[in-house]
Amino acid sequence: METYPKVYLYRRIVKAKLFIDDNYACAIDLGDIADEAFFSKFHFIRLFKKTYGKTPHRYLTYVRIEKSKLLLKDEASVSEACYAVGFDSISSFTGLFKRMVGQTPSIYQQQCLSKNQEIKAIPLKYIPNCFAEMNGWIKKSNFQEV
Amino acid sequence: MLDQDSAYDFYVNKLGFKVHTDAPIGPGARWLTVNPPEQPELEIALMAISEGMMFTRESAESMRKLVAGGTFGFGVFECNDLLATYEELKAKGVEFKKAPTQEFYGFEALFKDDSGNWFSLGQRAK
Repeated sequence: METYPKVYLYRRIVKAKLFIDDNYACAIDLGDIADEAFFSKFHFIRLFKKTYGKTPHRYLTYVRIEKSKLLLKDEASVSEACYAVGFDSISSFTGLFKRMVGQTPSIYQQQCLSKNQEIKAIPLKYIPNCFAEMNGWIKKSNFQEV
Repeated sequence: MLDQDSAYDFYVNKLGFKVHTDAPIGPGARWLTVNPPEQPELEIALMAISEGMMFTRESAESMRKLVAGGTFGFGVFECNDLLATYEELKAKGVEFKKAPTQEFYGFEALFKDDSGNWFSLGQRAK
């Protein structure tokens, strides 16, 4: 069994991070996450930030925003995405989303859906020419289908 | 890759990569690229080895055997904390050829993807 100094600490921090990853949509709080890792709140925040560069709360917010982006790409409404990932206020969600992504959820969704439509209509625009040719996905130069 | 759907699950759900482009081309053809979350401009293409213009049936079979046998190491990834990343990926079922080890060139682990391709995973110097 491979060991390294403080392996038990790492495993507990990782367990807490995975708990956030799996339960982001629920109303979890720091106490729940620290308990999951068998740490005091203060010690947990310090170790988590040292490992992941973010406090547990910021990481939870990050995960929620990332998951909301997937829902918006799947054409969920802004309110559906907001509540589905665990936010309880659309204005808070919108504000955080804009701060972290640089766009409002609506504009982000419009751009994603527009890109998806273009991918469906002109997929070859997104594929390197050489690769498309090697796989026979491009029309021949005399406009015959491959 | 040996299988595109399996590769999608590995890179997106286990490694945590983002889908960059997912473009169906036609029956049995799909352009799928992913990127590490911190590098949205990088595209890693997940393409299944199949008979066609690039491979004959025989060469595709040879290539699949080589990939499944772990012949190819396709690159080096970096992370902020190798021990934490190692524990997390292990918990998600990623197979490691080498646990985090201090080498003369750095702190490194080696992992395999779902097809058998292996990668070096190093820790960024602080």
